Amino acid sequence: MQSEFKGIGKALAEQLPPLTPNEAAVESDRCLYCYDAPCTHACPTHIDIPRFIKKIATNNLKGSAATIFASNLLGATCARVCPVQELCEGACVLGSEHKPIAIGRLQRFAMDRARKTGAYPVLKAKPTGRKIAVIGAGPAGLSCAGELAKLGHAVTIFEKRELPGGLSTYGIIALREPVDVALDEARMIAGLGVTIKTGVEFGTNLPLAELQRDFDSVVLSVGLGRTPELGIEGEAAIIDGLEFIESSKTGEDLPKVGRKVIVIGAGNTAVDCATIAVRLGAERVTMVYRRTDREMTCYEHEYNFALKEGIEFRFLSQPSRVMLEEGQPIGLECLRVELGAPDASGRPAPVTIAGSEFLLEADQIVKAVGQNKPSLAALLDLETTKGFIAVGESFRTSIDGVFAIGDCIRAHGAASTVMAVQDGKLAAAAIHRRLAPTPAEVR
Amino acid sequence: MADLRINFAGITSPNPFWLASAPPTNSGAQIHRAFEAGWGGAVWKTIGAPVLNVSNRYGAWHFGRQRMLAINNVELISDRPIEINLREIAEVKRAWPDRAVIVSAMVEAKPEAWHEIVRKIEDTGADGIELNYGCPHGMSERGMGSAIGQVPEYCEQITRWVMETATIPVIMKLTPNITNIVLPARAGVAAGANALSLINTINSIVGVDLDTLELTPSIAGKGGHGGYAGPAVKPIALNMLAALGTDEVVARSGLPISGMGGIATWQDAAQFLLLGASSLQVCTAVMHYGYRLIEDLCDGLSNWMDEKGFAIVADLCGQSLHRVSEFKDLDLSYRAVARIDTDKCIKCNLCYVACNDTAHQCIDLVSPQGEVVPAMAYDVRSNGKHEAVETRPQPVVREEDCVGCRLCYNVCPVDNCIAMIELPSGLEPVTWSELSEKTTEITEDWEAMKAYREQKGIHIH
Repeated sequence: MQSEFKGIGKALAEQLPPLTPNEAAVESDRCLYCYDAPCTHACPTHIDIPRFIKKIATNNLKGSAATIFASNLLGATCARVCPVQELCEGACVLGSEHKPIAIGRLQRFAMDRARKTGAYPVLKAKPTGRKIAVIGAGPAGLSCAGELAKLGHAVTIFEKRELPGGLSTYGIIALREPVDVALDEARMIAGLGVTIKTGVEFGTNLPLAELQRDFDSVVLSVGLGRTPELGIEGEAAIIDGLEFIESSKTGEDLPKVGRKVIVIGAGNTAVDCATIAVRLGAERVTMVYRRTDREMTCYEHEYNFALKEGIEFRFLSQPSRVMLEEGQPIGLECLRVELGAPDASGRPAPVTIAGSEFLLEADQIVKAVGQNKPSLAALLDLETTKGFIAVGESFRTSIDGVFAIGDCIRAHGAASTVMAVQDGKLAAAAIHRRLAPTPAEVR
Repeated sequence: MADLRINFAGITSPNPFWLASAPPTNSGAQIHRAFEAGWGGAVWKTIGAPVLNVSNRYGAWHFGRQRMLAINNVELISDRPIEINLREIAEVKRAWPDRAVIVSAMVEAKPEAWHEIVRKIEDTGADGIELNYGCPHGMSERGMGSAIGQVPEYCEQITRWVMETATIPVIMKLTPNITNIVLPARAGVAAGANALSLINTINSIVGVDLDTLELTPSIAGKGGHGGYAGPAVKPIALNMLAALGTDEVVARSGLPISGMGGIATWQDAAQFLLLGASSLQVCTAVMHYGYRLIEDLCDGLSNWMDEKGFAIVADLCGQSLHRVSEFKDLDLSYRAVARIDTDKCIKCNLCYVACNDTAHQCIDLVSPQGEVVPAMAYDVRSNGKHEAVETRPQPVVREEDCVGCRLCYNVCPVDNCIAMIELPSGLEPVTWSELSEKTTEITEDWEAMKAYREQKGIHIH
């Protein structure tokens, strides 16, 4: 499909080509159709994977998509961004001696077909008369809103950005998920009767009290903040990684890329930033990380991908100063690091070696070292866990009638789109239980 | 090296593999190439009455990724002028004296027509004649093919006419589209045929096109039953072959049988030989992959014969026939149970669902902690490959409840993972025949059966 965003060049076009119908048929026929399949267990949203795959095999593509949507309304995004090696495909029984089934790509095949034919879920429930406000149109919010709409509730999403989709739209490199896919997904949710109001900032021009007055429940799916400060000299000249990715996806023009680019950090977002730099013509891209490849937070397959892209790694290096010339970076000064005793994160603490300064040449420096904790928690005086919004079993926050889902509550485990989608689904069921007499069952 | 040469009713060939009478043997040029590839013989595509063919004449049954598990056809006998066929037969035989050249024939049910065709075939120098009593489509509507094969009296009559004239070996080919295959075979014996061959194709409709609602293949919007052949029919062919081999009249006659019906590999070939065939005919597999298939048919069969100590093909013919039995003579006391090799098991749980839903509910799912757990017992919040894999239960057979039905063994996708283990039943061998003879009431009255079971400790699950 033609992209709505003209600025996206071939360099960042979707990495994996879609499966052809024949490839999908061959691959789906390889699936053993396990009973109580481990791929389904491993999927945080528990999509009935053998079922949707067998439906591809029988050319029941409408039924295949419906099977995915029944467990995961954001199947199109998840098919692209899920770390399938760690989830469904990692659990495939064929993995030990054969190649696991390409579940992600088959799901994308079914979702692409649904997108092309408009074979989206249809609303069947009678209106309940209940109103729910969802703050944030990222994957968690869209999932929750869609599930609530399916149950007959009237849902309004308030999104501060211009476009819905959250990180799917702004924060995931286009070669993994094009913007159009995320936007169409939001349109599908809107098609279920969900109102999506963009450009509305919760807290400033939309106080909680107003929502509590107008809605039966409020769901916070606000995600996390910007990239944290490194606190080093010359930091103003460092580009925020999320903004770097954003400009590569929704900007008027592709971002300007330096000749020698340094990316600080070694998570998945850092790999995305480095990939953009390489793909857009940087001569040399180096990722600088204070620990080693054993501790880095990006998935193994992302690391391997980065190596294949020709991205270099400098481990055990702690940035200490941005070297500037006429306000422009010319290099990054780092200190060498030794690994010490485990810190709060359970990983060996990086200990800088005094006097070990060395200089890495760079004319562009990007940082991708995680995201700040949600600032909303303090604003609303919500209870927190490690800085994340604290929730109970049913995603209830410390304020009655206010729920929270997605990355903003992910105090434990790795934040991911698919976990956010499952939060949305489970929270919708919890809210439904609270508001409606008949319980909704979720798997 | 095993000696693959055969002598079949006086027809010799360097190996037991002949191309069956079908499209692969349509012309001299084709058969030249087939012989160059190594085929031991060829049964020329049926010659006889004049015909015209249609387009879209072959349909096929595919399953999953496997193309052409069976082919279905409404092609008739040779549509090439008979004189051309006869000339080419003579040329091929002259060029390949060591190969078996057999000519399939089908003409109207008149003695003079059969006498004439037999003479014409003999004039070519061919090694034998095969009587086509099998084609289930087209020719049968004209009173030939299976219209003959389905009536033992017609088979006998026509074969007698042929035997009046023939001086070379005559093979009578049987149709499987009949309730009891033994009856036409006995007719062949009675008429003095020199050999039998089976099976011809089976009546079939391959499918319906879900867009057009026409039959597949569609011949200008119509279709009809065609002859079905290929790997999918092999078990039917083996059963009919064994039925002849175990029939007193046919067995005593000593008529050799040329076996065919789904032979695609040397393993298939060996099975046909073990159940009494002494020459083999192949068609569908060759239509799928070409004449080159002969290389592994011979090589694989020869290697297996060496391994098993069979020096010549005749040594293995019919070696498994004495194993063919009827239910009433099977040992009711024999007990086997399924056992799952947990090292090989990939925990797909196909055995579990098959047993639980459709067999005898004797496979448990056992958690890594050793507890029997229901399927899908994990918490909705559990996810990730480690949790999925490490907490996944292991299917385990409850042997005391296993009736040994063997369904799990059949569905298991891993080679040698589920084994059927023979267990001592502690009971004397006994057959249904013996029970009905000696203790008739057990076989006729449920109360008596119950008492018998209790006495023997036979539990039904």
